[in-house]
Amino acid sequence: MAQPFRETLRSGKFVVTSEIGPPKGTKLEPMLHHIDLLKDVVDAMNVTDNQSSVMRFPSLGGTLLVREKGGEPILQMTCRDRNRLALQADILFAYSRGIRTILCLTGDAVPVGDHKQAKGVFDLDSVQLLCAVRTMETGKDLGGNDLDGTLEICAGAIVTPEAKPIEPQMIKFEKKVEAGAEFFQTQAIYDLDNFRRFMDRARKFKVKILAGIILLTSPRMAVYMNRNVPGVFVPQSLIDEMEAAPKGAKIAKGIEIAGRTIRRLREEQVCDGVHVMAIGKEETVPDILKAAGF
Amino acid sequence: MKSITRAKPMESILASLDGYDHVFVAGCGTCATLCRTGGVEQVSAMRKAIEEAGKLVTGTLVIPTACDTLTHECLDQNREALEEAQVVVVMACAFGVQTAAGYAGRPVQPALDTLFFGLETSPGRFQEVCMQCGDCVLAQTAGICPVTACHKGLLNGPCGGTKDGKCEVDSATDCAWTLIYEKLQKMGRLDLMRTYCKPRNHQAMPKPGQVVIALERG
Repeated sequence: MAQPFRETLRSGKFVVTSEIGPPKGTKLEPMLHHIDLLKDVVDAMNVTDNQSSVMRFPSLGGTLLVREKGGEPILQMTCRDRNRLALQADILFAYSRGIRTILCLTGDAVPVGDHKQAKGVFDLDSVQLLCAVRTMETGKDLGGNDLDGTLEICAGAIVTPEAKPIEPQMIKFEKKVEAGAEFFQTQAIYDLDNFRRFMDRARKFKVKILAGIILLTSPRMAVYMNRNVPGVFVPQSLIDEMEAAPKGAKIAKGIEIAGRTIRRLREEQVCDGVHVMAIGKEETVPDILKAAGF
Repeated sequence: MKSITRAKPMESILASLDGYDHVFVAGCGTCATLCRTGGVEQVSAMRKAIEEAGKLVTGTLVIPTACDTLTHECLDQNREALEEAQVVVVMACAFGVQTAAGYAGRPVQPALDTLFFGLETSPGRFQEVCMQCGDCVLAQTAGICPVTACHKGLLNGPCGGTKDGKCEVDSATDCAWTLIYEKLQKMGRLDLMRTYCKPRNHQAMPKPGQVVIALERG
C-alpha cells in the first residue's frame, strides 16, 4: 500500500501529487486506467469534486477507487454543493473508509458550470471547512455535540500565487494556516520569479507548498488561460516557445516545459513539491516526471 | 431602499391570461415606477399589449404605493372596473402583488419578478445593498457587505476566482473582498480581515421571518 500522505509530507522528500477527474456518468474505466497509470509514479492523487461546477461522479467515490487500487488519495471537498451537515457526514464516512487526506476548497461559482440554475450552498467557506476538520478531531461536531469515535485528517488548502492583488490572497493564506492547513497546492504557476517572491513570504509558515503545474497543450490554451482563468499567468516567452514548436509536437513541448519547471523547482529547492494537473491528458504525467528527472 | 423588479417576458404574461378575456391592470407609483417596470408608461404599454392579444382591459390604475394598506381604498375607488375583470395583472413587486391579492377578490397575475432590495446607484443601474440575512457582519468588513456583494457570500476573504479586483462570475462586478481589503487597509484595520469569521447563523431569522416586539403600555 502507498505511504500515508502526511508521512510523505514529513519525510522531507520532494513531493509529487497529481489529479484524477471523475467521469460524467458511470463508465469508470478511463478513470481506473488513470489511477493505474499514476498510483506508482506520484505520492498521492487528488480526486476533483464536481470541478468547474460540472456535475460528475463524486470525489468521495473516486478516492475509494484510488484506495482499492492501492494508491494514496486526496479527497477534494468544496463548500459549493453541501451544507455543514453534509460536509461533516462525508468527512466521517471518508475517514471510516480509510481516507486520511482532505483538500478543503470553497469551490467554483455555480454559473461557470453546467447546472446554472442550481443553488450555490457556501454554508461554510474553505477556512471554516478547515476549522470544521480540526473541530471534529477534538471529538465535537460544529453543533458542539460529542462525536462517537475519533478521526485524524491531514488537511490541505489551495493558494493562488499569481492573484492580483496578492495581499488579500496572502491574508486568506495565513487564515488557512491558522485554521489548520498542513499543506498547500497552488494554482498553476509559470513565472518562476513571481513564484519565488511568493515562496519568500510563504516560507515563514510551517506548511508544505506544492507548486501547481498545468500542462500546456497549445499556444492557444495559454492565451485562453491568461484571458479567462483567474490567477493563471503564462509569460509571453512560454507562449512563443509553444508557438515555435512544430505542428504535432506541441504537447511534447508542453511536457518539456512542465518537466523543466519541475526540475528547477526541485533542484533549486524553491518549494516542497509539485501538484501536476494534466487536465484530460493524464497519460502524459509519467512523461512530465521523466522530463523532470524523476 | 427600494424593491427592485424586472418585467416578466410578455409572452409568459399573456400565456398566463389564457382563458380570461376581461383584465384589470395595476401598477405601482413607488419602487416599480423607479425601476421603469410598473409606472404610468409601462401600465399603458401593458394595456396595449393585452388589447392587441384580443382581450378587454376593464381599467388601469397606478397605485401610489402598492404595498401600503391604502391600496385597499385605491382599488375600492375602481371597484366597478375591477369587478368587471376576471383577473388583475399587477405590475408591482411581490409585496404589492400580495397586498393587491388580499383586496382584489379575484386571481392576480404578477407581471414582474422581484429581484432584491437595493438602490439606483447611477441612472438605470440598480445595486443590491442588503439581503437581510439577520446576522450583520458590517462591523468587520468596513461597512461593505460580503454576504450581499460577494457572489458566494464568503466571510473570510476572497476566493481564487477574483481577477484584477473583479468577480469571476461577472467581470463588470467588483470583487467585494478586494473592496473590503482596500478600505480596511486605508483605515489601518486589516486586523479585522485577519480575524477568523465563524460560520454564519442561517437561522438568525425565523423562516418565515417574523418579529414580535414588546410594546410599552401607555
